[in-house]
Amino acid sequence: MAVKVGILGSGNIGTDLMYKILRSPSLELALVAGIDPQSEGLARARAMGIPTSTESIDAVLADRGIQIVFDATSAKAHLRHAPLLKEAGKIAIDLTPASVGDPVVPVVNLNAGLPPDNISLITCGAQATVPMVYALSRVAEVDYAEIVATVASKSAGPGTRANIDEFTQATAASLERVGGAKRGKALIILNPAEPPIMMTNTIYALMPEADEAAVVKSVQEMVAEVQRYVPGYKLKVPPLVEPSPTGEGKMVTIMIEVEGAGDYLPKYAGNLDIITSAAVRVAEKLVEERLVVS
Amino acid sequence: MATNHQNITLVDVSLRDGSHAVRHQFTSEQVGRVAAALASAKVPVFEVTHGDGLGGSSLQFGLSKEPELDWIQTAVRQAGGSRVSVLLLPGVGTRKELKRAHEIGASVVRVATHCTEADISPQHIAMAKELGMTVCGFLMMAHMVPPAELAKQARIMEEAGADVVYVVDSAGAMLPHEARDRVRALRDALSCEVGFHGHNNLGLGVANTLAAMEEGATWLDGSLCGLGAGAGNTQFEVLVAVLDRLGVETGVDLYAIMDAAEEVVKPLLPRPIVIDRDALVIGYAGVYSTFLLHARRAAEKFGVEPRDILIELGRRKTVGGQEDQIIQVAYELAHRSSVAQGR
Repeated sequence: MAVKVGILGSGNIGTDLMYKILRSPSLELALVAGIDPQSEGLARARAMGIPTSTESIDAVLADRGIQIVFDATSAKAHLRHAPLLKEAGKIAIDLTPASVGDPVVPVVNLNAGLPPDNISLITCGAQATVPMVYALSRVAEVDYAEIVATVASKSAGPGTRANIDEFTQATAASLERVGGAKRGKALIILNPAEPPIMMTNTIYALMPEADEAAVVKSVQEMVAEVQRYVPGYKLKVPPLVEPSPTGEGKMVTIMIEVEGAGDYLPKYAGNLDIITSAAVRVAEKLVEERLVVS
Repeated sequence: MATNHQNITLVDVSLRDGSHAVRHQFTSEQVGRVAAALASAKVPVFEVTHGDGLGGSSLQFGLSKEPELDWIQTAVRQAGGSRVSVLLLPGVGTRKELKRAHEIGASVVRVATHCTEADISPQHIAMAKELGMTVCGFLMMAHMVPPAELAKQARIMEEAGADVVYVVDSAGAMLPHEARDRVRALRDALSCEVGFHGHNNLGLGVANTLAAMEEGATWLDGSLCGLGAGAGNTQFEVLVAVLDRLGVETGVDLYAIMDAAEEVVKPLLPRPIVIDRDALVIGYAGVYSTFLLHARRAAEKFGVEPRDILIELGRRKTVGGQEDQIIQVAYELAHRSSVAQGR
């Protein structure tokens, strides 16, 4: 028996997540709830025999058996959903940049004690870059970390597009709070090229003292750890350690490409995989730690 | 000419696009001098921000020498009857920075997206309208899509509340008929005003701007001495003189704007703004003009040819903001040639 879970939102992220949950032995997908009856995500769920609804949050709340709810709607919608889910005694795993609960990036703080009822997965950009910032900050002080997440236009749905400020702000905050940088900044670029480009992330860090060998080793180890749940996560260029343009200390540049598993959108959309894989990992951890199978 | 060119609004971008050319190293003192000169020449609108807009100061694009709010505040103090504009690229800057810029006196904003991504701009456009600002939608790299597609994107910005939507030739890649076709498509699809922002990489800055005006563009950009990314922008003082010859009323004082270019901006030029081979390749390959100096630096660092980097960036269909790709391409080119040499 597995723990019953539901997905709110049937866009790119919700649909990709559906495939990943179906592969998890400890999770049972009891409902995919959206709002648009024409949505491709809902059609795919129905075709696989998964219960669906266009009643969104109401349908999720009505199903008392659902213990974990993945919210893949929008930041604005999650602000409304969060208190309702809490009141209903359901744990929310938030894939929007609403930043209601404490932020979690599995390779960094999964084992540090998960937040009680609302877990923020921040953004795909944060899931892809925070591990690298953390890999640096565990070696030496990071005064400033800046990340550039570039994603294919086709992989950024309407929710992401309407929440672009929330995306950059939540990502920047997580570079500090989870990544350990003193100051963080995030940029997002959408590229419409055909065929679509792979998700790429560039991480820049200013470090007063950085030992090149230690930096490279820590980064490579962290890449290997992320690969355990996102196999398509790889270094494009070996970490560059150069004098900082500020004239003091070093600047480290790391370039990461994230190739997706191709569950819903093709492999270019690694930005979906990095956050949906994190979501499943967190849910499985919750099941291990605190949920009694009903 | 047959067309009635009333209500042309000229916008100077020396202190914004020009920021690229000086690697974002303007001082407030320099900003103040340029702003005062623009104001005394009665330029209706001029723009002041990091080249990549509010929040643009970064390792990706180059760190600003001074906080952006200091530049904007200084410009506002010197602006006289001119209005101060700021640039905002959603994904780089946010509504928070825009609000602050407005509080200290910026009254015009250009909300810029890649030409296919207009739907990341409505929140910012709507907020700026609520603040009472004049809002221009700015469709960058507009050479990359056909006119009809560009017009669809422009509609999104108009519906969000934009007062003007621009055809932005960020790569300086358009030929006059291409500028003309795009402006006409927007003119036909929109009821708001249409603007044109040109770069001079193919030597067509002024010519394209005239073609755009003939099709009904009423907001026209340029910069003094052409100070801007790539081979620079449409040269503002030249545009003013040409429009004067055409009998188009701009309200700008011709002698005063020539003096501003010659005496105030020319001494600030770090290098002559000319169409050298790298800038020409940018226009030819249709690459974001801002990549010029970044590509030169990467070429030097990795020992490769800047033109090879730029052509490859064009082939990969990179868009504005992808400066990190320059490092990746340079690395790959260097690696490829060293592998070849090893054999």
